[in-house]
Amino acid sequence: MKLPQFIRATVVVIAGSLLLAGCEMPPPETVQLGNRGLGQELVVNPKTLAATVAANQVPTPQPAVPSVGPKAGDIYQNVQVLGDLSVGEFTRLMAAMTEWISPEEGCNYCHVAEGFQYDTKYTKRVARVMTAMTQQANVEWGAHVGGAGVTCYTCHRGKNIPEYVWATDPGQPHAAGVMTAGQNIASVTAAYSSLPNDPLTPYLEGDEEEAATLPWRVAGQTALPNGNRSSVKQTEYIYSLMMHFSDSLGVNCTHCHNTRAFYDWEQSSPARVRAWHGIRMVREMNTKYVNQTTDWLPDHRKGPMGDPLKVNCATCHQGAYKPMLGANMVKDYPNLARTTLLEPKEETAPAAEVEAAAEEMAEEMPAQANAGSNDQGMTAGS
Amino acid sequence: MIEYQNIFTQVQADAPDYPGVPIGKDEEHRMGGPIHSWIAGKLGDAQIGPIYLGPSGFLAFLCGFIAFEIIGLNMWASVNWDPIEFIRQLPWLALEPPPPEYGLGIPPLNDGGWWLMAGFFLTASILLWWWRTFTISRNLGMSNYLAWAFAAAIWLYLVLGFIRPILMGSWSEAVPFGIFPHLDWTAAFSMRYGNLFYNPFHMLSIAFLYGSAILFAMHGATILAVSRYGGDREIDQVTDIGTAGERSMLYWRWCMGFNASMESIHRWAWWFAVLTVITGGIGILLTGTVVENWYLWGVKHGIAPAYPVIDAVPVVDPMMEANQ
Repeated sequence: MKLPQFIRATVVVIAGSLLLAGCEMPPPETVQLGNRGLGQELVVNPKTLAATVAANQVPTPQPAVPSVGPKAGDIYQNVQVLGDLSVGEFTRLMAAMTEWISPEEGCNYCHVAEGFQYDTKYTKRVARVMTAMTQQANVEWGAHVGGAGVTCYTCHRGKNIPEYVWATDPGQPHAAGVMTAGQNIASVTAAYSSLPNDPLTPYLEGDEEEAATLPWRVAGQTALPNGNRSSVKQTEYIYSLMMHFSDSLGVNCTHCHNTRAFYDWEQSSPARVRAWHGIRMVREMNTKYVNQTTDWLPDHRKGPMGDPLKVNCATCHQGAYKPMLGANMVKDYPNLARTTLLEPKEETAPAAEVEAAAEEMAEEMPAQANAGSNDQGMTAGS
Repeated sequence: MIEYQNIFTQVQADAPDYPGVPIGKDEEHRMGGPIHSWIAGKLGDAQIGPIYLGPSGFLAFLCGFIAFEIIGLNMWASVNWDPIEFIRQLPWLALEPPPPEYGLGIPPLNDGGWWLMAGFFLTASILLWWWRTFTISRNLGMSNYLAWAFAAAIWLYLVLGFIRPILMGSWSEAVPFGIFPHLDWTAAFSMRYGNLFYNPFHMLSIAFLYGSAILFAMHGATILAVSRYGGDREIDQVTDIGTAGERSMLYWRWCMGFNASMESIHRWAWWFAVLTVITGGIGILLTGTVVENWYLWGVKHGIAPAYPVIDAVPVVDPMMEANQ
């Protein structure tokens, strides 16, 4: 039973190292965000900060071009969302989008050799929806993205598909007879807790009416019982969503809340109001924009349940408390911060015909549709 | 000189087989062993067994085994009977109580029924085990401090899984069986009821819990420190105090002005341990039944201070803003 000294020492050293391997090297730094003594602070590890800063650098903007001159929608065929840009601006934005989204594949990631106007590739149609979504975020959701705005790059960062996207989680395979209550599995979304493993589908998708029926404000609002029947299980649902927030932003609960009274807005930081608007923004993005693509998106761009890959907090934030650490990128691309539909012309074909024409185009014919007449990408959002 | 010490020393506390004192008619319930283990001798007494099982011990084991199996098999089923996933996910797996819609009714087996059944057998097992602690101390002619201390822990267990759910009218209020799940439940429970830290019984329970730990450390350290004078013969020192007892009491009198006596230190420790779970149980029992939000209760009773708002523009609930 007596082990040689060196074997014992080796075992102790190896076991100790394994135990500590998951830890970050101390010491972390804290930035005070609330009154002293409340722990309302941002915790930053200086050793990982450099990597975070490097990962959140804004790429050099494309050289500016004049906004005067003929409109892209008048010159080019089948420009549906960006018609109101000058030809120069339009080309500049296309170049930027290539740099942001398909730096390796180039124009051909979305366009076909037969002509730029064809919607043959689904990626081009997705790009149209996403462009409208980005504009909508900048125009309507200043309460969440104000001050920095969003561009394609905020999420894509040079990748075809943003690194952090989600689809409805079918859950762990389980024996047919067992009810799993949607929880008690190591959940990546809920920061490896055993909380409900898919809080995103109920909370970040669906219309406002559905959302209003969900457990949000579960905590009691009075000292003594007043008929609030919210259960602990419901609390675990919203708790799970909050874990996703925390994980996506790389922050603690105290970034938004005074944790002695989670429910109380007056003791919360302004970030909580931003987050409140963010929930609604993301729900609109998923419901009105991303989900339009369901019918024609190829299966390999869908989750296991057949729904498109969607947006959550991590899609933009990517572990930073502000995406790109708050850098304002949209100032160099002001056309992403306004709606750029051309006013419809008088002889516009009825929407149905245009759609039919667009489908035909996608198959064989050169585009004949009046540019800018079809706002497929915007209808749902406006 | 060889000292009577084990744990981390070279000395084995070992002796020839010793069956224990005769206990009369229940003699046949003492079974197994004795065997002698070197490793056990490092930690305590080297002799293992015989154990006094008896009908209550047998039934306690049986009920505990049934509960263990129900919980384990439900966990295994929840990963589709995959043995690797079962090991990998084990800390996350759970047997959940029924959802709220069943109230105090009997749910289907797969939707909380198994939880009720596991709870029944686990409770039966624990109560039978309690009866065992009671009867064994009676057989040995001891008084029942151990049984009553265990009963205090059972009180907290029953409040969490039985009494409070009944008062709230729903089994769903109870705790899931699972390693991480019961911890997540605890955190969610505190958030749902407005921060348990403002619950005065929770405060008391924590004070007694930490107090138990420090009393245990102080007492253990003190007795070990005077064992060279025979201080480990504590009971002798209670009735016939010697230099070990004198020194240990003087130590604390000089240190902090007050000292427990050789006997009362054990009553201190016993009451601290027992009050941890008694006050804890009261705190849980009041949560949701009598108090909805402990933080607001604390504000109402002047125990939660207000802090100045730092931002020039106070934060307003956006839903209140929309309503204005």
